[in-house]
Amino acid sequence: MSRIGVFVCHCGHNIAGTVDVKAVVEQLQRNGDVVFAIDYKYMCSDPGQQLIRESIAKYQLDGVVVAACSPAMHESTFRRTVEIAGLNGYRCESANIREQVSWVHQQDKVAATQKAVEIAESIVEKVKRNEALEPLVLPLTHRTLVIGGGIAGMQAALDIAEAGYPVILIERQDHLGGRMAELSGSYLNFQAAPDLLERKTQQVLTHPNIQTLLNAEVTSLSGYVGNFRVQVKQKADAAESPVMPLDELQPLSFTFDVGAIVVATGWQPYDRARLPEYGGVEIPDVVDGLTFEKMLRQGDGIRRPSDGKLAREVVFVQCAGSRDPEHGVSYCSKVCCMYVAKQAMLYKERVPDGQAYVFYIDIRSAGKNYDEYVQRAMIDYGVLYLRGKVSRIFREGGQTVVWGSDTLTGRAVEIAADLVVLATPMFPSSGSIELGQLLHISTDGYGFFNEAHPKLRPVETLTAGIYLAGVAQGPKDIPESVSQASGAAAKVLQLFSKNEMTASPLVASVIEELCAACGACVKVCPYGARQIHPIWNYATVNAALCQGCGACVVACPNKASQVRNWRVEQVLGMVDKLL
Amino acid sequence: MAESSEFEPKIIAFLCNWCTYTGADLAGTSRLQYPPNVRIIRLMCSGAVDPMYVLKADLAGADGILIGGCHPGDCHYQEGNYKARRRVIALKEILKSAGFDEDRIWLRWISASEGARFAETVREMTEALYAKGPNPMRQTWAV
Repeated sequence: MSRIGVFVCHCGHNIAGTVDVKAVVEQLQRNGDVVFAIDYKYMCSDPGQQLIRESIAKYQLDGVVVAACSPAMHESTFRRTVEIAGLNGYRCESANIREQVSWVHQQDKVAATQKAVEIAESIVEKVKRNEALEPLVLPLTHRTLVIGGGIAGMQAALDIAEAGYPVILIERQDHLGGRMAELSGSYLNFQAAPDLLERKTQQVLTHPNIQTLLNAEVTSLSGYVGNFRVQVKQKADAAESPVMPLDELQPLSFTFDVGAIVVATGWQPYDRARLPEYGGVEIPDVVDGLTFEKMLRQGDGIRRPSDGKLAREVVFVQCAGSRDPEHGVSYCSKVCCMYVAKQAMLYKERVPDGQAYVFYIDIRSAGKNYDEYVQRAMIDYGVLYLRGKVSRIFREGGQTVVWGSDTLTGRAVEIAADLVVLATPMFPSSGSIELGQLLHISTDGYGFFNEAHPKLRPVETLTAGIYLAGVAQGPKDIPESVSQASGAAAKVLQLFSKNEMTASPLVASVIEELCAACGACVKVCPYGARQIHPIWNYATVNAALCQGCGACVVACPNKASQVRNWRVEQVLGMVDKLL
Repeated sequence: MAESSEFEPKIIAFLCNWCTYTGADLAGTSRLQYPPNVRIIRLMCSGAVDPMYVLKADLAGADGILIGGCHPGDCHYQEGNYKARRRVIALKEILKSAGFDEDRIWLRWISASEGARFAETVREMTEALYAKGPNPMRQTWAV
């Protein structure tokens, strides 16, 4: 027989107003495993917790059930309390008689009371078989791998390095800077992007805590938070062995042990071949935003790629593929409204007597000083904004013809343009989906990495120890990417603030005598936490990888697999008590 | 029959900790009222609902068994709800062929933000079970 104490909380009127708490106490006192039961106004208050602690000592309780609010609310509070009284925290659980009883059955006090009794009994049944457990203690490597050397990756690397921890920054290209290195100037202040970037790049390259590997990619990952092992492959540097042709040089392979990973793999421009109504890639004088940035960085005038003539009529097409699930992508690429305004203004500065047109669906200029910036393009620079979609772009007699509509006047618009700039979608970098599989982090249908929670955990992934920064997670502009990178760095530093890690001990375990080594648990485990022991021939659990989901318990034909404190007999016992 | 007019169905609900259990909590904080016929067992994942648990509840006389998990694609453990979906479909087939009423077993995706959907599900299920009457297993075992 167990010696369990049951503490029934009134929660003021919240529970006691509907549930007859005295009756619950009386019923529970009849349970053979319960040696003591009592009700009190507020169990979470200091006197309430004191009552629990004193009762543990007085009645030598070996388990505690607090029939009160949801375990999500105060189970951790009560676990701390029983630990002060010398009882293991895992021998204490909440029975949810507020959120799932008193608040939802306010009109039926008899049924609510009966339900509260049964729920409390079922939790007593569970606690009876709860093991006393201690949090798992795991080692922690205070080194970070940052994947991607664009502005987001560099910012994350610098923040972590400045805090004193070593960083390995790997970049697939032969230079740092990512897409930002391809820009002419940034919006808002027109500051030349290359200058801004050069400063960051120098900081990264000269930082004693940052080791930068260019031409490098991750090839494999094993381990878990605090203890990852990554393999990195680096293309051989042609400059170092000028004699041999590049493709004959063996790639270099490195292995690093790291505790955290920041994924900042950025983006690529959308493939224009997928936009045939805008001429695909066939028309020379139709370019995308990034190509126009390159034109802005070269020379003074803006010239037609087809014949080098000065471009006097330039049409910018926003949402060229974005917000268009039928032809392109369903999402808004977020930065185009702003960079198109910038590009149109920079164009007007180069070609003051030229005309710039912008076709738009909406102007999305949410951000500090953003809308004012777009207004400048319209008012100070005389850029002509036309509200409507472009239906077709085609070549006719050496001109590029744009067919669109102006929905504000209700007229069809035809412009014979010298140059058309398409604001195509920001699209995840090539290889994102494969990298996601390699790192065991999920991607959306396009290949953007999924955050752990869209609102409350936007820089973490569901794999502990792997964080996201920049456009790899979804379209963002530079200030947002930098913010998220600093956020990811803060998460890494939070992890690194301890010498070792603790983790929940509610993980799977194996009753070795029952294990037939069939491998069902190995297959079903989403975390790769299971293995068949090569010598002893039974399944083992890597407690650090196991998240306690219980899939292996269901898969195991012998029920040799069990999750601690969610054992099969506990659940079956609860079913019995509830019927 | 006097017994059937007093019949109150009993539902055993196996809810995943992250979505449906939290949704049931939200129904409470929103004070949404639903029939008191459901008894909730919190598990970490709908993928941890062993068919044995469902069988046990059915054989022991539960009139309805509700399994609640995260919406497809939202599983906290990546794919537990897909496992639950496959198992429940298979289990219902087996139960059907053995002469059980497989419609007493419901699998529903209810997220942490769908308190109203949880309350509505319990309401619907309770109504459906009133119509069905008691689980015949109750009588089978009655001495």
